[in-house]
Amino acid sequence: MPTIEDFQSWPDAHGRFGNFGGQYVAETLMAPLAELTEAYLRLREDPEFLAELDRDLTHYVGRPSPIYHAERLSRHIGGARILLKREDLNHTGAHKINNTIGQALVAKRMGKPRIIAETGAGQHGVASATVAARFGLKCVVYMGAVDIERQKINVYRMKLLGAEVVPVTSGSKTLKDALNEAMRDWVTNVADTFYIIGTVAGPHPYPMMVRDFNAIVGREARAQMLEQYGRLPDVLTACVGGGSNAIGLFHAFLNDRQVRIVGAEAAGEGIASGHHAASLAAGRPGVLHGNRTYVLCDDNGQITETHSVSAGLDYPGVGPEHAFLKDAGRADYVGVTDDEALEAFHLLARTEGILAALESSHAVAQAMKLARELPKDGIVLCNLSGRGDKDVHTIAAREGVQV
Amino acid sequence: MSRIDRRFAALKAAGRTGLIPFVTAGDPAPEHSVALMHALVDAGADLIELGVPFSDPMADGPVIQHASERAIARGVGLADVLAWVAAFRERDRDTPVVLMGYLNPVEIHGYERFAAEAANAGVDGVLLVDCPLEESQVLAPLRAAGLQQILLAAPTTAPARMAKLCEAAEGFLYYVSFAGITGAGRLSTQDIAARVADIRSHAKAPVAVGFGVKDAQSAKAIAGFADAVVIGSALVERLEGLTHVPDIVARAGDFLRPIRAALDEA
Repeated sequence: MPTIEDFQSWPDAHGRFGNFGGQYVAETLMAPLAELTEAYLRLREDPEFLAELDRDLTHYVGRPSPIYHAERLSRHIGGARILLKREDLNHTGAHKINNTIGQALVAKRMGKPRIIAETGAGQHGVASATVAARFGLKCVVYMGAVDIERQKINVYRMKLLGAEVVPVTSGSKTLKDALNEAMRDWVTNVADTFYIIGTVAGPHPYPMMVRDFNAIVGREARAQMLEQYGRLPDVLTACVGGGSNAIGLFHAFLNDRQVRIVGAEAAGEGIASGHHAASLAAGRPGVLHGNRTYVLCDDNGQITETHSVSAGLDYPGVGPEHAFLKDAGRADYVGVTDDEALEAFHLLARTEGILAALESSHAVAQAMKLARELPKDGIVLCNLSGRGDKDVHTIAAREGVQV
Repeated sequence: MSRIDRRFAALKAAGRTGLIPFVTAGDPAPEHSVALMHALVDAGADLIELGVPFSDPMADGPVIQHASERAIARGVGLADVLAWVAAFRERDRDTPVVLMGYLNPVEIHGYERFAAEAANAGVDGVLLVDCPLEESQVLAPLRAAGLQQILLAAPTTAPARMAKLCEAAEGFLYYVSFAGITGAGRLSTQDIAARVADIRSHAKAPVAVGFGVKDAQSAKAIAGFADAVVIGSALVERLEGLTHVPDIVARAGDFLRPIRAALDEA
């Protein structure tokens, strides 16, 4: 790969991040994607649209989210300072709403009265149902039957917000199957329907658009670092499933070459066990869900079933921009196991009084590893992408506790 | 002239509408896949679309997705599909075979390797659902090996883009008759007739119409204005669960023959 001058200039006009990304979709989707691309390219330069988005991010979502020095956790680790970007404090409890607010506003501007979404952990579904209620849009959420079982509270939350939740029983009955089903709905109902994809995957312009809406995380964090610490962090870390919270944090720092970037993928029961969801650490380039990226598949090209204790990371692909950053050597992607994530969950709860989402606990575990490698005056900035209230039943069940 | 081109030229000369059945390779019974292909030809197929099973068939409906899942569960992969085409070619050197599926199995197999093996097996074309014209540069090795890329056109395709597709079309252009997934049943014949007439007047290749065709009646309605009719989900559904060769052959024949007759009457 040639030397990259400006990491923030991607994707190119075809939606490609180097060899990754693109629009690998059926002909029926080419027109709606062209319509969306044209509308979004116009809106991302439209001061009125951006001002409206900004107002909602401030007054509805509650931005900016703070960066918080987890002093007791850092002391416990005995290494560098760990700072947490508190996306868990957003309305609905995760970074997901940064994106859904943005896309719902695009839907509104495009005159689409119905939105659909796919969801894994349920966070994106809740964030979509929330903004649908906020803007008076009809909302249908596709969710794998297995995930519905794992995330009952979020399913009920979506229903309370007025959304219809459709169980998906094909394939592995998880996030990837929900995505397939949502695509089918979109193909069938393109005239009145806007598809809110919840991560930086899918065909162009989604990886770019979802990244743009989440990039506020890194823009804020970078400014907060300079203002409060007078310097940039030594290393960034975030969990990577599809990779939206991670790219959100990373993007503003991509051209700060002195800042190391490490993504934490779900290693499940360990990469060697085969039960994991580490597409970048253990997968290979392929084509899935509309883009070329790293995927987990067998030698026949069949997408393999993944495992992670956290539904939100349980995905066999990853956003193409992460694939690009990996191959360009700008970011490293490493696996964090279920056990390591749970250990980090408990430690953060006990030392800081914060219940992190299981997804985000992978990032916390990685932050702890990185902090151990750095001197005491070093800084690890970790994206705490969501809160863990939704996961308490999963954790209790895993630890044999009756709630 | 390719085998596909020769077949469409012959159909045109005879004033007939082509019949293109789709089956998922390896379903309902992997060991009888070649027998099924011959049965399709015996029942009047002019060209065979053979589905390469994929775990995540985004553009297909539940019928074909489940057929894919059944085939994958029996261990069917791209190498098996190519072997079956080669075996089919031992007895049938005239009926074109188009592999229909998704890009990832081909990408993982390797484009160069796939191109050489598919051409060698006697495959004539590929219809890769998630590889639109804009991304087709990856298929250059296939073209170099003489495989034709069958392109899709849809009711949602904008006029400027349709012109590009008509210009690039080779083998045949596959018009999907409504803006939805395979196997769903809405079909406004008048709308399709008008669009297909327009496309046929511009396309450099014949036009096949598919998606939602389920019996002799719906096929006959299309026969008047298309060069060929594609039948997929309805056939796959009828074959589901059969395990014995005579049953498979009989069911495929019983289903296709009335359609063949209806096309020839139209």
